[in-house]
Amino acid sequence: MDLSVEIGSLRLRNPLIAASGCFGYGVEYADMVDLATLGGIAVKGLFLAEREGHDPPRIVETPAGMLNAIGLQGIGVHRFVDEKLPELRARNATVIVNVCGSTIDEYVEVSRVLSDAEGVGAIELNISCPNIKAGGMTFGCSATGTRDVVQAVRRVTTLPLIPKLTPNVTDVAGIAVAAEEAGADAVSLVNTFLAMAIDVETRRPKLSNGVGGLSGPAIRPIAVRMVHECRQAVQIPIVGMGGIMTATDVLEFMIAGATAVQVGTANFIDPTIWPKLLASLEEYLGRHEVARVRDVIGTLELTEHKGWSNS
Amino acid sequence: MPVDLDARVVSNVRLSADYNVVHLEAPSLAADAEPGQFVMVKPTFGLRPLLRRPFSIFELLTDAGGTPTGFSLLNKRIGVGTELLYRVEIDQRIGCLGPLGAGFAAVDPPETAWMVAGGVGLAPFLTLASELKRRGTPARLFYGSRSAGDLFYLDAFTRLDVRLVLTTEDGSQGEAGLVTTPLARELERAEATRPTVYACGPTPMMRAVAALAATHDRPCQVSLEPVMGCGMGGCYSCVVPTRATPDAAVHLVRGCIDGPVFDAQRVVWDRLAPVA
Ligand SMILES: Cc1cc2nc3c(=O)[nH]c(=O)nc-3n(C[C@H](O)[C@H](O)[C@H](O)COP(=O)(O)OP(=O)(O)OC[C@H]3O[C@@H](n4cnc5c(N)ncnc54)[C@H](O)[C@@H]3O)c2cc1C
Ligand SMILES: Cc1cc2nc3c(=O)[nH]c(=O)nc-3n(C[C@H](O)[C@H](O)[C@H](O)COP(=O)(O)O)c2cc1C
Ligand code: FES
Repeated sequence: MDLSVEIGSLRLRNPLIAASGCFGYGVEYADMVDLATLGGIAVKGLFLAEREGHDPPRIVETPAGMLNAIGLQGIGVHRFVDEKLPELRARNATVIVNVCGSTIDEYVEVSRVLSDAEGVGAIELNISCPNIKAGGMTFGCSATGTRDVVQAVRRVTTLPLIPKLTPNVTDVAGIAVAAEEAGADAVSLVNTFLAMAIDVETRRPKLSNGVGGLSGPAIRPIAVRMVHECRQAVQIPIVGMGGIMTATDVLEFMIAGATAVQVGTANFIDPTIWPKLLASLEEYLGRHEVARVRDVIGTLELTEHKGWSNS
Repeated sequence: MPVDLDARVVSNVRLSADYNVVHLEAPSLAADAEPGQFVMVKPTFGLRPLLRRPFSIFELLTDAGGTPTGFSLLNKRIGVGTELLYRVEIDQRIGCLGPLGAGFAAVDPPETAWMVAGGVGLAPFLTLASELKRRGTPARLFYGSRSAGDLFYLDAFTRLDVRLVLTTEDGSQGEAGLVTTPLARELERAEATRPTVYACGPTPMMRAVAALAATHDRPCQVSLEPVMGCGMGGCYSCVVPTRATPDAAVHLVRGCIDGPVFDAQRVVWDRLAPVA
């Protein structure tokens, strides 16, 4: 069975990628998970410099989901290249670096550093973090902002470029088109939904930052709809995510049009989820007599039922 | 190395209307565990609660020959997950990921060890007491709770040669008041014994214990309870504000891998998250 998929020039062993911010720098999990068995690892978002992030409490659980306002705490791109990348390479991991910036120049500079380093498979441009004041989602919320960042970074790197889109817009497909026109190799979606939880006893927000991003199964149907909309608007591959917990969820995104998927919150609940997802994915392909997982991508039937049986 | 397994519930002993002890069969997890380490527990395979919850390893269980068979949790019912753990039934399976985190550093004789527990903060001290006994380190437990009905496992500590100093807020057993009162008094007299202080309990209690230890120039290790999303270093939700020296810059470090046990002098108490 062929589980490999392609995102631009990057070939993934399988379509399962650990979502940014939900798998540390990858090395934290190396004792429990064979990093080489994942399709890819999207590491925690990186700025040029180290960053402290928000004060705790940084997360709160909500129905079938969670809010986070981490504030992109991280070690900065230089320490990542020096301290983490060598181990990721040694473990044969496919590394996708989530790149952040407060300005376009910062996105460009971080991407330049990564392009010069050994062992980076792709760049995921985080223009969608809802938890920081400057940069992040302010770029990803408009087609022009998206285009400006993608074009600028495109000039300095040949690595596959994957802008990560925010769902906090009315027309996500329009943003995907802007990213494609600016030279993106793929788009990934969705980042978290801006949300809030309040402690009624104290009448204060439950997060120190006030608001945070919603992830987990609660957002999945909205994320699937957004992948579906983007699939109809762009030609480039889509990396889908939002609330994936099982192989059925993986398939839902792929059928809607995703070439690969990312798993975030579910990894917190089950860090050994990867082999289980792969086994169920293979079982599905076997049952439907599909030899290559890529043949599932975008196979949504919108007309009368003439495709696969449910058996 | 942590393992992820579905542990079988061997027994569920209700200690009171809010506290229970759950014994779990998990040989591979127990074999590796050190005092002060924790386990991320998934009390349901459903979506409520969605995330795992952190729990100290309370007892390490062995068979007659001394081979590890599992561990127990001391659970206090305060919300969705702890409610489910209060109600677990024998043979039910509970997702357990562990052992995790950096635990206590036990001291050797001639030093002595004073453990200070508030309420469910007792949980990490039974394994520490066993380790101290193994090393022959004289140990005391200062243990405070609301009332006599909330003081548990006293015999287990006595059997490990731990000297008990008990307090209750209502005075129904031991000294009336807070556990820091006898601790302060004993530290005044402790010049000769030079104890290392270990604390776990409500944050205000740990902060007060840390201040007392600092005043008497005693080392102090606190087991903190930040909210945790993953327990593995993956999410950066559990950060604890720390600094290396009083003048150094504050750094937010991950409580699940750099802790849960911290040198109390490193903790920047003013910036710790207030817990509801
Ligand atoms: C390293 C570590 C070890 C722990 N060991 C134990 C143990 O041995 N036994 C035990 O009973 N508990 C222990 N705890 C605390 C335990 O994890 C929480 O009580 C539990 O997560 C609450 O889950 P819940 O679903 O019942 O509460 P929820 O429904 O999630 O919350 C109910 C209420 O409790 C508050 N709350 C949530 N988490 C905490 C917390 N960490 N501390 C204080 N209040 C909180 C919430 O703000 C809310 O108001 C430990 C915590 C840590 C970090
Ligand atoms: C704790 C946490 C931290 C996150 N950090 C980042 C980040 O640094 N960069 C990023 O692009 N997305 C980040 N995300 C978003 C996830 O990568 C993902 O887009 C989102 O959680 C939806 O997927 P899920 O429902 O599977 O978690 C974070 C999510 C969580 C829960
Ligand atoms: S709980 Fe996730 S990093 Fe500590």
